[in-house]
Amino acid sequence: MHIVYPAVISALLFSVGVYGVLARRNTILVLMSVELMLNAVNLNLVAFDVWLRDRLHSGQVLTLFVIVIAAAEVGVGLAIVLALYRNRRTVDLDQLRELAEPAQPLPAATEATGQWAPGDRSPDPGKLTPAPPNVTESGDRPPTPGSRNVAMGEAAPSGNGREDQRSAKRGGKP
Amino acid sequence: MTEEVPSYLSPTGQEVVFLLMGAVAVGSALLVVTTRQLVHAALWLVVSFGALAGCYLVLTAEFVAWVQVLIYVGAVVVLMLFGIMLTRAPIGRSADLDSGNRVVAAGVALATAAILVTVVIDGFRTAYTPLTPGAGSASELGASVFSTWVLPFEALSVLLLAALIGAIVLSRTDIPGGPPADPPDPPDTSTSSQGDPADQSGSSPSDRSGGH
Repeated sequence: MHIVYPAVISALLFSVGVYGVLARRNTILVLMSVELMLNAVNLNLVAFDVWLRDRLHSGQVLTLFVIVIAAAEVGVGLAIVLALYRNRRTVDLDQLRELAEPAQPLPAATEATGQWAPGDRSPDPGKLTPAPPNVTESGDRPPTPGSRNVAMGEAAPSGNGREDQRSAKRGGKP
Repeated sequence: MTEEVPSYLSPTGQEVVFLLMGAVAVGSALLVVTTRQLVHAALWLVVSFGALAGCYLVLTAEFVAWVQVLIYVGAVVVLMLFGIMLTRAPIGRSADLDSGNRVVAAGVALATAAILVTVVIDGFRTAYTPLTPGAGSASELGASVFSTWVLPFEALSVLLLAALIGAIVLSRTDIPGGPPADPPDPPDTSTSSQGDPADQSGSSPSDRSGGH
């Protein structure tokens, strides 16, 4: 057996998986493409284990480990996808953009602070007491109320749309 | 291993079978990433994994082939189908399975394929090995797993347990959030990976009550 054959087939499978990861929109299809890439790696491992005649069979044993890890990855990944679907009612990757950078960082940050801070304070001021230690963890700020706004203004653009959704929902509930 | 390389023009029967299996695997993988029906993608994935198991069989890795059939075809694809069902994906033909950057993705994939195939052909043109059966049987692999690779094996079992517990915790909705998860907003701003699962469990009841 020429080793070129399995190597070329696994290279083609890997690039098909790359295309699937980049081009698909559904999260489950992206997971399937990741599985294709893992299988390409497995084919390479098996082929080179056969070629090198490894006495310890490290290639095939690593293939078994990769298969098991892929199964665990699919389990956790699907649990994450289902939690996402429960909270957002969608699994489209194009609509999940809360972690993206905003287009203009500074106006978005001030706007988010202005929208978010009143909604945070209105329902229950006693609930805010556990919050400042967390802010100090992320931003290294002392937990005084004056500096809290500054810390929020720094951290707000990352979770921008979600905060707006939350505050709107809490405002409408009572 | 560079001596007496047989010609590429007279392939043996094993190579012909392997190439046919590989063509089936790559073709069905292409259908997985291009089909317009979500369930058909999972079923083409079965075909691709089955053909790859055939490739492993030709490469004398029998145990890996059967593990591939059992775990990938038997478990992973079934999990995928469950995921498709539970997210209430459209069963029929749906037009929006591809995102907008399809052309860029095709370009990147073609470039990856070109680079990898060129390098691999250039590097392993003279690599040849005769296939001798029995090297990948269950007894050989079991002996090496339980003698040399025992420590990774045990670590892997712990990892599987952790993944199991993680999947259960992620999918349950009735776990009450702890005291730091109760005020939902400030842990979100830090976008740390710690705050996320607790935040989901804390926010889902309010989501439900808001929906009804």
